[in-house]
Amino acid sequence: MADHSAAARRASPFAEFPADWGPTVAGLRLSEGGPAARFILRGTDAVAVASGAFGVAIPTTPLRAAAGAGRAALWLGPDEWLLLGPAGEADALAASLAAALADVPHSLVDVSHRQTGLVLEGPGAALALNAAVPLDLSLAAFPVGMAARTIFEKAEIVLWRTDPERFHVEVWRSFAPYVRELLDIVRRENAVA
Amino acid sequence: MLLIRCPVCEMDRPELEFRYGGEAHVARPLDPSSVSDQDWAEYLYFRSNPRGVHAERWRHTSGCGRFFNAIRHTVTDRILATYKAGEPKPDLATLTGETGR
Repeated sequence: MADHSAAARRASPFAEFPADWGPTVAGLRLSEGGPAARFILRGTDAVAVASGAFGVAIPTTPLRAAAGAGRAALWLGPDEWLLLGPAGEADALAASLAAALADVPHSLVDVSHRQTGLVLEGPGAALALNAAVPLDLSLAAFPVGMAARTIFEKAEIVLWRTDPERFHVEVWRSFAPYVRELLDIVRRENAVA
Repeated sequence: MLLIRCPVCEMDRPELEFRYGGEAHVARPLDPSSVSDQDWAEYLYFRSNPRGVHAERWRHTSGCGRFFNAIRHTVTDRILATYKAGEPKPDLATLTGETGR
């Protein structure tokens, strides 16, 4: 029987690009974040219960992300979070969260297909992002573990600093090639300069 | 570029992330059918449009997504204060006194 699960039919938004993500330029590496299970959770009352079912304490402090055991919860708004998990666990995660939250007012939407992840790592990662992201990305202003929905030129992204020189970028898949190409251009330019 | 402090994110964020939402503290009549045409028109169409400090709504569209209120000087474009929606309007005299205008 054919596999009709969502993950089986998902194609990378970078399918038309070369499979090779290009060389590391001046120590800066750009790569695909890989498929993942993604959910948008809404509802302030759902945090405590969802944290238990998700296995990660969902942050209620603005602009914070919490991660552990391959899962992550990113604060997007006072009642909105992005939950990330391994691609294979999408159905299981949805089922366990829905079961735990059955009696709590909330909204849980699977957005695994809506967006994709990019990883930019290496020295100068913040400088390269700053070509398109008008946020202060110094370590003091944007420390490790901070996440923010913001603007990347014309695309809306969720930016998450997972390491001093490593950023995870969540972007809607229709904007993903745009973000990838701009980041590629910027890192080449920065390498020359 | 203007930096606008989002009271929900508690951080200065670039103007690009925001959308303007018109004058703040315009209360909708609780019972529209009982107000006069004049009062309803005042609510719908008439705004103060001052030359000076102005309380207005902004939305942090590409951020936390929340509406909040800002006190902005319409001549200098300086934002004197931002505060969460639902909170009372700050005392304008105190604000303008602090910035010398």
